[in-house]
Amino acid sequence: MPFGLLLSGLVNGARVGPVLPPAPDLKDAYDVVIIGGGGHGLATAYYLVHDWGISNVAVLDKGYLGGGNTGRNTAIIRSNYLTPEGVRFYDESVRLFQGLSNELDFNILYSERGHLTLAHTDAAVRTMRWRAEVNKHLGVDSELIFPDEIGRLCPELNLSEDVRYPILAALYHGPGAIARHDAVAWGYAAQAARRGVHLHQLTEVTGLEIAGGRIRAVLTNRGRIGCGHAIQAVAGSSSLLAAMAGFRLPIRTVPLQACVSQPLKPFLDLIVVSGSLHVYVSQSDRGELVMGGSTDPYALYSSRSTLDFKESLMAHMLELFPFLAEVKVLRQWAGMADMTPDFAPILGATPVANYWIDAGWGTWGFKATPVCGKRMAEAVGTGKVPGVLAPFALARFDDFRLVGEKGAASVGH
Amino acid sequence: MKLMHCPLNGPRNISEFVCHGEVVAPPDHARCTDAEWAAYVFLHDNQAGVVREWWMHVPTAYWFIAERDTRSDQILRTYRASEMYSARLDLAPNGRAT
Ligand SMILES: Cc1cc2nc3c(=O)[nH]c(=O)nc-3n(C[C@H](O)[C@H](O)[C@H](O)COP(=O)(O)OP(=O)(O)OC[C@H]3O[C@@H](n4cnc5c(N)ncnc54)[C@H](O)[C@@H]3O)c2cc1C
Repeated sequence: MPFGLLLSGLVNGARVGPVLPPAPDLKDAYDVVIIGGGGHGLATAYYLVHDWGISNVAVLDKGYLGGGNTGRNTAIIRSNYLTPEGVRFYDESVRLFQGLSNELDFNILYSERGHLTLAHTDAAVRTMRWRAEVNKHLGVDSELIFPDEIGRLCPELNLSEDVRYPILAALYHGPGAIARHDAVAWGYAAQAARRGVHLHQLTEVTGLEIAGGRIRAVLTNRGRIGCGHAIQAVAGSSSLLAAMAGFRLPIRTVPLQACVSQPLKPFLDLIVVSGSLHVYVSQSDRGELVMGGSTDPYALYSSRSTLDFKESLMAHMLELFPFLAEVKVLRQWAGMADMTPDFAPILGATPVANYWIDAGWGTWGFKATPVCGKRMAEAVGTGKVPGVLAPFALARFDDFRLVGEKGAASVGH
Repeated sequence: MKLMHCPLNGPRNISEFVCHGEVVAPPDHARCTDAEWAAYVFLHDNQAGVVREWWMHVPTAYWFIAERDTRSDQILRTYRASEMYSARLDLAPNGRAT
C-alpha cells in the first residue's frame, strides 16, 4: 500500500525522498540494454528484474525519462478493441493497470470513468455492434447503447438531431479509465532502480554493433556499451533504430497533437470519443479538458503544433458541447506517433538475434504499457515470445497476416 | 495555413494536398518474390531528413513529386513526375516496370 503520503502528513518531520536515486556510473556492459526510457522501456526493466530476476539491466534515453509520448498522451486506457488478439492483449493491460498503484507503491491516479465512443453513421453503428459482440465474447464489459441511455450517462452531450452529425448510438465501455501518465513512468522507474536497474538519461544510441547476426553492443554518445540482449522501445524513432540494426519497418512517423482547456469545475465524468468528428475528451483531476483528434496528415519528425489542428478540433468539440464556446485553450503539444498500416503494434523478435522490438504504438500505446513491459520481459527472460504477443510479430508483414484494428484504434486512442 | 507549390496550380493551402508516401520503384510483380512484394507494399524508409514523395492536389487530382525535410517540415522543391519518369509504367502481366 502507498503509505508514504499518509506518513508525511501525520508524522512530524517525516519527508518524502526523491523518487529516483542519483544515476549510477555507466558500466561497460549489461545483460540487457533497453533503448528508450518511456513507459514501455521502464516497465520492461521493472518486470525483467521483478519477474525474472534479471537486474543487470540499463535503460538508456536520449532525453529525460517519460519525455517522449509517455508524457504527451491523453492517457486513455481501455480494452474494447476489434480483433480477438487485440482485445485479449489490452484486457490483460487494463487488469494490470487496475492494481498498478499498489504494485508500484506509487499513486498513478488511476480513475475509472467509463468510455463512450459515439457513432454518427450507420457504418459506425455496425462497427460498434461488432466490437461490442467481440468484447463480450472475451469477457470485456462493452455495450451498444442508444441516445436515451447516452443522455442518462452524459447529460452534457449535445444529442440534438439538428447538427451536422447527429449521435445515433454509442459503444459504452465501463472499465475505460485515465491515469497520470508521468506517474506510470516514474513508478516503474523507481521500482526498477530500487532493484538495481541502471537508468541513464541524456544517453543517446547512435549505432548498433552486430556480429554473426547477433547484437553485441550499443554505441552511444557516452561510448560503447556491450549487451547480451537489447530492446528498442523508442516510439516515433523506431525506424531510425531499426535502420541502425539493418532492417526496415512498416511504420511512418506522424505527429499527433493534443491540448488542454483552462480548468473548469468537474462536469464530465466520462471519456467521450467520436471517430467521425475526430475528437476525444476527458476531464482531468485538475479540471482541464484534455482534448485530442486525429494524427497530422503527413509524416514528420517534429512535435510542433498547428492552428489547423486546433481549429478543426474546436469546431468538433463545440458540436458535442456547445456551452464550451467561451472556454480558452491553455496548453498544446504534440508527440511523434509510430503508425503501422493495421493500427496494431510490432512486438517480439527481429531479424537480429537477441535484438527485440517494441514499436508501432502509434496513437494507442499508453494503455499497453504494463502488459507490454510484462510480456516483453517474459520474451527476453525465457527466450520465447509469449502467446499474447505472437500475433503482433514483425514477420506478419511478410505473410500478409495483418491484425486490422483500424476500426477500434484510428481515432479513439 | 502552410502553402505548397503545386506544379500545375501554383501555391495552394496544404490541406488541398494528400501525401502518398515515398517515391519507390515497384518491383517487377511478375517475377519478384512474395517477400519483395510484401516489402514494397508495407515497408518504408521513414527517414528523418530530406525525402522524395508522391503528393496529389486533390481538387484537380494532379500527382507530382515533392522533396521535403521531415525534420523541419520545409518543402524544398516540387516538380512534375515527368522529371523522373520519361515513360509510362507498364503494370500489365509480364510487363517490366521501369
Ligand atoms: C498526443 C498523444 C495522445 C495519445 N493518447 C493516447 C491515449 O489516450 N491512450 C493510449 O493508450 N495511447 C495514447 N498515445 C500513444 C502513447 O502515448 C504511446 O504509444 C506510448 O506512450 C509509447 O510509449 P513508449 O514508452 O513506447 O515511447 P515514448 O514514451 O515515446 O519513449 C520513447 C523514448 O525513446 C527515447 N529515444 C528515442 N530515440 C532514442 C535513441 N536513439 N537513444 C536513446 N533514446 C531514444 C525518447 O527520448 C523517448 O523518451 C498518445 C500519443 C500522443 C502523442
